[in-house]
Amino acid sequence: MSDPLGSHIREALFSTPPRPEEPKAPATQPESGETPADLADELRIDLYRWMRLTRTFDNTMVAMWKQGRGLGGTFSGRGHEGISVPIGLALGPDDVIAPMHRDVGSYLVRGMTPARVFGNLLGKVTGPSGGRDANLHGMGDLSLGIIGYVSHIPQQIPISLGVAMSFHYRDEPRVALTVCGDGGTTAGAYHESLNMAALYSAPLVLVVENNQYAYSTPLDQQMATFAITERAAGYGLTARTEDGNDVEAMYRSVKAAVDQARSGGGPTVIEARTMRMLGHAIHDGAEYVPPELLEEWETRDPVEGQRRRLLAGGVCDPARLEDIDAWARTEIDAAVAEAEAAPFPHPDTVSDGVYA
Amino acid sequence: MRELTYIAAISEAIAHEMERDPDVLVLGEDVGGDFGGAFKVTEGLAARFGDRRVLNTPLAEQSFIGMANGMALMGLRPIVEVQFADFISTGFDSIVQSAATIHYRFGGKIPWVIRAPSDGGIRSGPFHSQNPEAWFVHTPGLKVVAPSNPADAKGLLCSAVRDPNPVVYFEAKPLYRSLRGPVPEGEHLAPIGEAAVVRPGTDLTVVAYGSQVSQALAAATDLAADGIEAEVVDLRSLKPLDFQTVAESVSRTSRAVVVHSANRLAGVGAEVAARIAEECFEWLDAPVTRLGGLDVPIPFSPPLEDAYRPDAQKIADAARRLAAY
Repeated sequence: MSDPLGSHIREALFSTPPRPEEPKAPATQPESGETPADLADELRIDLYRWMRLTRTFDNTMVAMWKQGRGLGGTFSGRGHEGISVPIGLALGPDDVIAPMHRDVGSYLVRGMTPARVFGNLLGKVTGPSGGRDANLHGMGDLSLGIIGYVSHIPQQIPISLGVAMSFHYRDEPRVALTVCGDGGTTAGAYHESLNMAALYSAPLVLVVENNQYAYSTPLDQQMATFAITERAAGYGLTARTEDGNDVEAMYRSVKAAVDQARSGGGPTVIEARTMRMLGHAIHDGAEYVPPELLEEWETRDPVEGQRRRLLAGGVCDPARLEDIDAWARTEIDAAVAEAEAAPFPHPDTVSDGVYA
Repeated sequence: MRELTYIAAISEAIAHEMERDPDVLVLGEDVGGDFGGAFKVTEGLAARFGDRRVLNTPLAEQSFIGMANGMALMGLRPIVEVQFADFISTGFDSIVQSAATIHYRFGGKIPWVIRAPSDGGIRSGPFHSQNPEAWFVHTPGLKVVAPSNPADAKGLLCSAVRDPNPVVYFEAKPLYRSLRGPVPEGEHLAPIGEAAVVRPGTDLTVVAYGSQVSQALAAATDLAADGIEAEVVDLRSLKPLDFQTVAESVSRTSRAVVVHSANRLAGVGAEVAARIAEECFEWLDAPVTRLGGLDVPIPFSPPLEDAYRPDAQKIADAARRLAAY
């Protein structure tokens, strides 16, 4: 295979010291069934329930697009459920979240129905953007405390900083939470916003979904050191690294960050290590990802991991989990039917809503 | 009526809106504390309203404008100062990708104002003289205003603060301390989206905005000595554009000169001229003339900058050619 850059250029660009270490999957995969004392059993089951709904949504969406039942492109969040669900569940009802396109779990947790999400995907009037914005973008609903996603990564960070600063301005005990990927951490607005969040002690939580690829570009071609957490700490934020595939660890970590922000303790960056299990978008076969990397992470699947942990710990019996799985299937099937039956927006409305 | 300078009218508008509505705040580089901004527009506001409402930001336009987006989504009404309009490009994404599209995409309101000190003629070179309004007029979802006098500077700013949409407010810094005029005390609103005939005339129409309105009025005085009566239309609002007022004027005078300080190529004047050609064709006795900056970076040295930008003399010369057509 030809190398468009040329091997000597590639070596000069990417092999100069300090060459980053390959990020290793954190070694604390839930297998043992230990019960963390601080999470109630019902919450642990709830984490599974929302992850299962999110995974069922994702599987169904991917299948529909492969069958030609989709519209345009879309983005799978497979493997990100251990992040997208707890960032929704750890927030209070008056908090505000600005998720990304792989965080459907957080939309569902915050109360956006799967039928509305499918409505957005299919360009229907019933989607939160009413057919204005594409696929999983623009799915804002301020009544649910959700800000719609804009493609210009990481625009959602300065926006969320502003949301947090509005809470600060009004002395409201509320928190803003947002997300970016590893790619987002290399953009200027990321660094500007982290600096300002620390400077103003803004009630902001930022979760970096480090899924190891920005589209086709692996981490070692994005940054000379993998010190995402250390860089955030350098700006004066609380910063820590978590296993993004351990939903209970993520919940505890996000909850602690939210509590800290709410009590005036300032902003936190949580680097959640995970893996993007499918391509960047639905059209992308991701042939550039080594298969063994995906195989390794498949064994660390967050949804199956939580299922194993609940069963091994005797938190609930298999029948309850099977009921949850069946419920998720029913919910998603009904949502697809509702969205497919929903009308498209009328062309006469094309100019509606440009201005408030 | 008492008179204020253009810059004092801006400062008065900000204080008036902050006094009226606790959701109004100011943010930007150097705006706070005892300093009060590079041009002193916000001087005294921090002492009066507190540091929380007059927030100094680091040098980070993309993020402090993005921050204003988030504040505005939550119902605050930030007045953002970009120190010079030239630096607004650093915050471009936050304006044209986020703020401008959010209401259309999911119904969120962005009631901010960005104050952009713009325009040249004051020997400030390529990065402190620009008029980038066309970028924003070209962007769906924004409003763009450009006051030409102290009363409108106050009235349009107060209206912009209260507008539920993002408004980019281009203040003409060559007018800051050079132009004085009557400004109503207390409540004074100038409607966004309404042009004004600031000098009636019968022989031709000069369409202008911002600092070029003063130049057009000076040119009209000059032309009147030759028996040419120019009508001057001040657009005031570039988006939405009150084309009705332009069309009514041109239908009476049958000749039009469109002038702005921004470079002419694909500028706001090009849109105005195109609409005159499309919608007033039967009324025209001569081709529409456009005056604007040259298609070059704005030069520093006086002979170069004077060659670059329109002024009263160039407007009068163009008007004479047009009147003789």
